[in-house]
Amino acid sequence: MTALLEVKNLQVRVEEREILHGLTLTVNPGEVHAIMGPNGSGKSTLSHVIAGKAGYEVTGGEVLYKGEDLLEMAPNERAAKGVFLAFQYPVEIPGVATMNFLHTALNAQRKARGEKEILTPDFLKKVREVAKSLNIPQDMLKRGVNVGFSGGEKKRNEILQMALFEPALCILDEMDSGLDIDALRVAADGVNALRSKDRAMVVITHYQRLLNYIVPDVVHVMSKGRVVKSGGKELALELEKSGYAQFDDAA
Amino acid sequence: MPAVQETVDRVRQIDVDQYRYGFETDIESDKAPKGLSEDTVRFISAKKNEPAWMLEWRLEAYRRWLTMREPEWARVHYPKIDYQDYYYYSAPKRKELASLDEVDPEILKTYEKLGIPLREQEMLAGVVRPEGERRIAVDAVFDSVSVATTFQKELKQAGVIFMPISEAIREHPDLVKKYLGTVVPTSDNYFATLNSAVFSDGSFVYVPPGVRCPMELSTYFRINERNTGQFERTLIIADKGAYVSYLEGCTAPQRDENQLHAAVVELVTHDDAEIKYSTVQNWYPGNSEGKGGIYNFVTKRGDCRGHNSKISWTQVETGSAITWKYPSCILRGDNSRGEFYSIAISNGYQQVDSGTKMIHLGKNTTSRIISKGIAAGVSQNTYRGLVTAHRKATNARNFTACDSLLIGDKCGAHTVPYIEAKNSSALFEHEATTSKISEDMLFYCVQRGLSPEEAVALVVNGFVKDVLQQLPMEFAVEAQKLISISLEGSVG
Repeated sequence: MTALLEVKNLQVRVEEREILHGLTLTVNPGEVHAIMGPNGSGKSTLSHVIAGKAGYEVTGGEVLYKGEDLLEMAPNERAAKGVFLAFQYPVEIPGVATMNFLHTALNAQRKARGEKEILTPDFLKKVREVAKSLNIPQDMLKRGVNVGFSGGEKKRNEILQMALFEPALCILDEMDSGLDIDALRVAADGVNALRSKDRAMVVITHYQRLLNYIVPDVVHVMSKGRVVKSGGKELALELEKSGYAQFDDAA
Repeated sequence: MPAVQETVDRVRQIDVDQYRYGFETDIESDKAPKGLSEDTVRFISAKKNEPAWMLEWRLEAYRRWLTMREPEWARVHYPKIDYQDYYYYSAPKRKELASLDEVDPEILKTYEKLGIPLREQEMLAGVVRPEGERRIAVDAVFDSVSVATTFQKELKQAGVIFMPISEAIREHPDLVKKYLGTVVPTSDNYFATLNSAVFSDGSFVYVPPGVRCPMELSTYFRINERNTGQFERTLIIADKGAYVSYLEGCTAPQRDENQLHAAVVELVTHDDAEIKYSTVQNWYPGNSEGKGGIYNFVTKRGDCRGHNSKISWTQVETGSAITWKYPSCILRGDNSRGEFYSIAISNGYQQVDSGTKMIHLGKNTTSRIISKGIAAGVSQNTYRGLVTAHRKATNARNFTACDSLLIGDKCGAHTVPYIEAKNSSALFEHEATTSKISEDMLFYCVQRGLSPEEAVALVVNGFVKDVLQQLPMEFAVEAQKLISISLEGSVG
């Protein structure tokens, strides 16, 4: 079986500072991986590098996606090939209706894959179905992208896009930040509904709490730019008790 | 390379190649001697066969102009203009046309190239319009003269007068005398006074009481001749209960030297009348080094003279090296309403200082200002606005929203609002934002599959949406395309 995502000995700099020093991670289709670690351990950097955000310099190692060199691809190309990043802080785009944004983005991806554009009635039907399951009112889809959305609405909008674009690899960057317990449950249910044998997820979080709702197959602990420990879901519980301090020396 | 950096680089590359209307038409023209003097004024007046009162009016303006000083308060910088170095009158040879068939084919070709068909049959047979029957009457002004006005007969049947102002001065002197200079007096400002002395052509529209003008009226201005100033004068009157929608388009060839354009537009609405005035200004902006381009010094003002009347300005400004322009409304009649919707885009070395004045004089007058400035390259983009309520303008209301968008880090956006309320019942609201197309915004879009070009176009179109919606549909599509071209070059 080809791994969906292989990160090998990845070294990344931002400006003059090295953030990741030799990170290795393998994610297979169907698996849900949790990446935990304190602030500044490099979790978000990893997600940004995988999605292709500018400003990061890869100085060593490689990232393969379905066996292909991911770092060679433009960010929009990665998206078309099924890499999806659910943002910790989704941006607001005033004046661009959410519905229009979703339609434009979906068609851009389809076009890049050489598929036909989706017909508007089919698109509308699909959006309505997904929106309903996520408890997203139609009114929200008419508003500007994320403009005036509450924290919970922004996160649900991310999951809505995930459901719509049907990516193979989903990276969820601190999905739980800024959510109360009810909002967290709705969002987590949305994510769980998307778990499938062909799709992998990488869930980045500080807290074990989220993992009560999205139960991972593998848990990794990151510290100072490396994965310092990996294990089953029980590792998360252990961390909750003992904290991250124990790993400071290991890194 | 960061996405924004890419955009900045792409925008930087934009030069004359992107300006699609930069071609020159090779025709013989009849010019006034270079420079400005009383003789120039007399020459122009004689060319137009004007009555004596008109010449006097011009000469008075000229003498006044000699005593005035060029304004320096705008946030624009340019070398001192040598007013003796311009031609003040240039007309394609061959004059007094009886019909369109007599228009120089070169000129017809020019307008065809610009996408403005002047032959009525062609217009009728042209593109299928969504509204089916919708047509536009065109007045085409080439340098200093109007070369063709279409649909005059049909408009006449409706009682609408739509003709070059030079003809109106001869054919409807009473109307012209009654209104000319009553909104923008000859003494108004340096450029308006200059215009009053040497204006050559422009459009005249009169819509009689109770008439809704049966089609959109439009004027396309084209400066062709080298070193020529274009001084157009437009006067539009909507009598009681009348309505007219008027569109204005402008282009010019690419030239290394700066051409001068100082226009005056006056609008008058009587009781219950409405004028909607839309502009898509695409004068040559100069090349990538800031050489050449049009100096655009324009005075546009509307007078809501009657009760319940309305004047609405919509402008999409993408061209010119220098723009100095403040389409304004005098809300004199009770319950009258003024609107100003603007998209001003500056790129390269362009400098824009534009905005509006809403002068509330009557009771219960309302106004609305929506201004969207987009600055890229090393351009400077200033919104300058004035909202005032007179002592007697009880319950005056204004809402202003000024938003600026910056692309790259070498351009500037500035907002200079003046607000003055002289009675306590006035309610003025002002909102202003400045934002940058941020790396984060673009990254979010490309992560969802959009290319960087598509991402910029999406963000910009979202930014200007409120204003684009105000344009007549054909113009909105044109304007949307123009915005993409002005900013991106490669975005289609």
